[in-house]
Amino acid sequence: MTRKQRRLTLIAAAGTVLAVSAGLVLNAASSRITLFKTPTEIAEGLAGQGDQRLRIGGLVKDGSVLRGEGATVRFAVTDTVNDVPVTYVGLLPDLFREGQGVVAEGRLGPDGVFTADNVLAKHDENYMPKEVVDSLKAQGVWEGDGAGAMKSN
Amino acid sequence: MISEVGHFALVLALILALVQSVVPVIGARRNDAALMAIAPPVAVTQLLLIALSFAALTHAYVVSDFSVVNVYENSHSAKPMLYKITGVWGNHEGSMLLWVLILALFGAAVAWFGGNLPTTLKANVLGVQAWITVAFLLFILLTSNPFLRLSPAPMEGQDLNPLLQDIGLAIHPPLLYLGYVGFSISFAFAVAALIEGRIDAAWARWVRPWTLAAWVFLTAGISMGSYWAYYELGWGGWWFWDPVENASFMPWLIGTALLHSALVMEKRNALKIWTVLLAILTFSLSLLGTFLVRSGILTSVHSFATDPARGVFILTILLIFIGGSLALFALRASSLQAGGLFAPVSREGALVLNNLLLTAATASVLVGTLYPMALEAVTGDKISVGEPFFNLTFGPLMIPLLLAVPFGPFLAWKRGDIYAVAQRLYAAFGIAILVTLAVIWATSGGPVLAALGIGLATWLMVGAAAELLFRARFGDVGFAAGWRRLAGLPRSAYGTAAAHAGLGITLLGIVAVSTFEAETITVMRRGDTATIGAYEVSFDGFENRAAGTYRELVAHMTARKDGEVVARLDPSKRIYEVRQMPTTEAAIVTHGFSQLYVTLGDTTAENDGITVRMWDKPLVTLIWLGTVAMMLGGALSLSDRRLRVGAPKPARAAPRPGRTLAAGE
Repeated sequence: MTRKQRRLTLIAAAGTVLAVSAGLVLNAASSRITLFKTPTEIAEGLAGQGDQRLRIGGLVKDGSVLRGEGATVRFAVTDTVNDVPVTYVGLLPDLFREGQGVVAEGRLGPDGVFTADNVLAKHDENYMPKEVVDSLKAQGVWEGDGAGAMKSN
Repeated sequence: MISEVGHFALVLALILALVQSVVPVIGARRNDAALMAIAPPVAVTQLLLIALSFAALTHAYVVSDFSVVNVYENSHSAKPMLYKITGVWGNHEGSMLLWVLILALFGAAVAWFGGNLPTTLKANVLGVQAWITVAFLLFILLTSNPFLRLSPAPMEGQDLNPLLQDIGLAIHPPLLYLGYVGFSISFAFAVAALIEGRIDAAWARWVRPWTLAAWVFLTAGISMGSYWAYYELGWGGWWFWDPVENASFMPWLIGTALLHSALVMEKRNALKIWTVLLAILTFSLSLLGTFLVRSGILTSVHSFATDPARGVFILTILLIFIGGSLALFALRASSLQAGGLFAPVSREGALVLNNLLLTAATASVLVGTLYPMALEAVTGDKISVGEPFFNLTFGPLMIPLLLAVPFGPFLAWKRGDIYAVAQRLYAAFGIAILVTLAVIWATSGGPVLAALGIGLATWLMVGAAAELLFRARFGDVGFAAGWRRLAGLPRSAYGTAAAHAGLGITLLGIVAVSTFEAETITVMRRGDTATIGAYEVSFDGFENRAAGTYRELVAHMTARKDGEVVARLDPSKRIYEVRQMPTTEAAIVTHGFSQLYVTLGDTTAENDGITVRMWDKPLVTLIWLGTVAMMLGGALSLSDRRLRVGAPKPARAAPRPGRTLAAGE
């Protein structure tokens, strides 16, 4: 092979890998992402039902947590204006409490009940998930320090 | 007083770094030996000053000097001594100080061990290294000073985040930083080569051990971080494709590519420009990782506190270094001469394929990490990208790479014979196929993908061993002579085999645990028994305990297999008093390579029972044992300094450093 042919082989190989990986990324980006919605957006019907994975963020509504027998938990996520009922089977994070910020990940059923397969709360006392902060800010009920409420001191 | 000394030492280190970033580079340009000669002593003094500063902060933590804001916010006098010391870097300011300390350590290491470097190259490398030091010392002094005082001094501190009160904090960040920051050396060498416009195989011979050392540390850091998250967070997962994890994984992927391309450059004097580019990209991704974690763009357990000024500052550093080095690359790369030629099917060709796939995989992780942020910044839409995305992008790119790995070491340099290699590997291939079929049969129509994954893992492990056996020539020279030859193989050959087999071991663990894991969640009361996998776990009752800065509710459990007691489990839920923060401590029992993993949820309303989540995780420890094999491989290869990895024959006479290899055909 000449130098030119070798270079062409290399370029063709690089091009193939690049094209395949770009294709994979585009395919995954169109079907395998999770959209974030606030309870109000869901109430207004802006969120897709069925297969689309969603994350909803807000506060755990006071008095809404119901523990069934077994590990099933029902609670409502609220942005103080609208609520979304959530069911979840599993262990809730350590810092999951009523009135505290939470992000639930899963799918929205046709009955409007959100089935979560993952529930995230804060990592520590000073920290609230950014999505929750944004959700509350959107409703004008955010009372933090404006800097993202990461640090209380 | 001691804290002020620490602060002052940091300022002095900055001044020295400024000197080191200018004078040696001018000296190299003018070929002035006196100007170049100042770099090594300055680099060493800088290390001493930064170490002094770090010691001063450590002292403040050890004596619980709460007049220092940083200590007040992150420590507590009742905390065990180990966590007082590790708490030094369990916060933003302290961890940046550790970052700079390690940077200075690597700079001093070049000064110490770089005795046989050409003087101008050494001066330029130390100069470039000092640029990075200047940037990060400025960052610390202007936005993240750990020595700020608080008056009046509080009586007690606010304690460290309980999740960080673990032996993991003593190990994970220093190792990770040794890896991240270690790549700064490859970067400094690359930029120095571009400044000089000259690069040869000798350059690669110096760069490769540094890269290898950084890679070993980064492997250790990531692996340790993964195991820490696995046992501490109580979610039972070991990798979440969290942006912070990706931030450390990207330099690892591209660093692995660099490791292999430096091999080609060292051995064959080819792929020069590409190697320089990879060296720049690797450290750029390390910087990007530092930016993502330290700027507060991402909220995670790693981002201790956020301050917009810091984000902007690191972003500026990022733009200057990445933009500057890439611009320099664009200007100067053409001055580097192209090296040896090779056929597409050859050792070089295989390493190019490795590089292509690793780079593409890095790019897919980069897109998955940055795309959500970019989208939110541009359109305001919030999305998150998780495991499903990476399974569909990263996964398919890894499969051809892993399939190709065993071929690489068998191929000859310059021009290889794929059929001859296939003949040598058919036994390994046969074993992999047999294992795949056996798994399909044993799981009776279970997931075929899992069987194929296990087959691929077998292929990697057996293929790595096959290379050693082939080089020992058991077939030609008989058993006894074969053993002698095997024992006489260079360490680098064992290094390659161990690292490649480690990949297979990790893959086996990943496939086994993601396919055959059993999980159960149930409410248990005293005397209840639950079945998980082959085990019966009975709940023997609660106990309340208090220790140090926390109190905890412990659930005593007994695991039985076939009626025999195999382990006692004591998972607990803790409340750390100072921060009133609850954590969950999982109970983990290792049996063979598998683990039984038990965590607690909430107690029942009547406080007589508790939600328990149990996993049986088959072969899960192989995930980390495989990374240990990779590290061992790297260390073995590193200890074999005189021999170059992949030499076709175990040539005893290693070329002297400085000898230029014959270029190409």
